[in-house]
Amino acid sequence: MIKTIFETDLPVDEQFSIKKNTITNGSGKKRICIVTGTHGDELEGQFICFQLQKEILEEIDMLDGTVEVYPALNPMGIDSITRGIPNFDLDMNRIFPGNPEGTVAEQTAAAIVADLSGADLVIDIHSSNIFLREVPQARINVMTAETLVPYARHMNVNFIWVHDAATVLEATLAHSLNSRGTPTIVVELGVGMRINHYYGKNMVLGIKNLMKEMGMWKGQVDSSRIVEPIVSQGDSVSFVNAPASGIFSTETHNESIVEEGDSLGQIIDPLSGAVIEDVKAPCRGYLFTIRAYPVCYEGSLLARIHRLV
Amino acid sequence: MESPYRDTFRIWGYRFGIGEKTLAIVGAMRGDEVHQQFVCAQLVSKLESMERDGMIAPGQEILVIPSANPFSMNVEKRFWALDGTDINRMFPGYDLGETTQRIASGVFEAIKDYKYGIQLASSYQTGEFMPHVRLLKTGFEDVETAKLFGLPYVYVRAPKPFDTTTLNYNWQIWDTKACSIYAGKNNDVSPEACQVPVNAIMRFIVNVGIADFASGANRPSFNTIVLDDQDLVTINSPAAGIFQNLCSPGHEVSKGEIIARIIDPYDGSVRSEIASPCDGVVFHLLGKPLTLLHTPIFMIRKYQ
Ligand SMILES: [Zn+2]
Repeated sequence: MIKTIFETDLPVDEQFSIKKNTITNGSGKKRICIVTGTHGDELEGQFICFQLQKEILEEIDMLDGTVEVYPALNPMGIDSITRGIPNFDLDMNRIFPGNPEGTVAEQTAAAIVADLSGADLVIDIHSSNIFLREVPQARINVMTAETLVPYARHMNVNFIWVHDAATVLEATLAHSLNSRGTPTIVVELGVGMRINHYYGKNMVLGIKNLMKEMGMWKGQVDSSRIVEPIVSQGDSVSFVNAPASGIFSTETHNESIVEEGDSLGQIIDPLSGAVIEDVKAPCRGYLFTIRAYPVCYEGSLLARIHRLV
Repeated sequence: MESPYRDTFRIWGYRFGIGEKTLAIVGAMRGDEVHQQFVCAQLVSKLESMERDGMIAPGQEILVIPSANPFSMNVEKRFWALDGTDINRMFPGYDLGETTQRIASGVFEAIKDYKYGIQLASSYQTGEFMPHVRLLKTGFEDVETAKLFGLPYVYVRAPKPFDTTTLNYNWQIWDTKACSIYAGKNNDVSPEACQVPVNAIMRFIVNVGIADFASGANRPSFNTIVLDDQDLVTINSPAAGIFQNLCSPGHEVSKGEIIARIIDPYDGSVRSEIASPCDGVVFHLLGKPLTLLHTPIFMIRKYQ
């Protein structure tokens, strides 16, 4: 059943609305919500929303509880290839929990938080941005790790990053919901503006596996395809920033173990044919982020590595 | 910093006087802040001739940075063109971090030890403001010093979460008497628009004793009024549509007076008339012809 959770007028004729689809079966009271599209340039979640619903509807008798899908929290952004909210020049993940009396952006945020509150679990799917390619991973604030890491372990993500609190992240959807007692996991996978079907199908499998764990799914889940994630805690991630400006050229793949001193790629100068810098891994570890967008300036993030000893 | 294909990224500072680090002034940090850059250019020109004429007090140094972001201005983008980040959300900066964090760090390193700091700012809210000096309520704000610009208002605003990464906030925390000047519109380089901030900063320079400069312009023409958030009434749009404004900043309004209309963009009918909720002065108004429901369209400074 498709329902509109927020609606308002745009200046010229058009209606702005946020919609969700609800699938219910059985007598189970558990409710899981899949939300995505906060950032208009992140599209991996679009395929996951589609595929998850398709698979659930094919075996609807196996569902015991409620699945709700919110594919577009920032519909104007998705439709106009804009990361933020177009009219406000604003990152939507910096305005939660919103305000029902505030601007349209704040009202939208408030309606989303109100609608999601009380769910047994919310999964907020992101796909990095156009610059970085991410292995499927859960991002969890250290303050909520105790509650959320056990859920994330069943989600078929390759990596769980438990990171420290930062003040600026207080205005995210996940923080707003977690601080209201609604457990919310942020997932990052793939790269902006593209869909990786392999990652998407693995994530759908992970969500079904988690639903099985929660007693909401009675169907088969191929456990041989569920991976055991690497859990990164206590500031063990190294950031590799560009030491120079140029074109970052790499054939290095994510999800690999790199040794200290391994080449991660080169910053090249197509004008002269020279290599400006050979970028080396600063430590041994698990590579979970690699730059996808070739143009870089000094300081641009090129890679993130979870340190291993 | 070098770039892939463009020229070297450079930030220029102009120093006047020799001695203690007394005053730093920062102009454009975003590509559309041409007004702010132009005001700094006028100040550089004035300070050059004052230095030549020996009018800068001994033992005091002034630094003017007209632009911290020439790259965005040259491609007419508000933010850093490659990744859309805002230098004024990166302070105090990080010299090993992302590109704009490094730029913020370089700027902050150069300006953090000055006694007074002035930023020619533009708001995240579009539109026009009454000329004012803005301070953040950090516990370090100095209202008396802010009055020395002789602008009509000093507005002491409670910080919002994102403010902790702005220049003004970090300057105050690092013990500089810092403030932002809002006087003019982005991209407006008309002589009238630039006169107000240039004169205000020159008055400030005289009033804190950095220069001796006898001119009519250095006498405040107002009794500066100090405002905080309680003195300003925000009016939100009661409907979406075309915003037709009937007044300008500084306009005195009385309670019940119609100050704007929201017009239907198809048939021209009036969707809503906006009446002032109080007696006061228009302090800020929306600078765009379209509005959504509940968008802040006016701030009125109410009379007690
Ligand atoms: Zn995102």
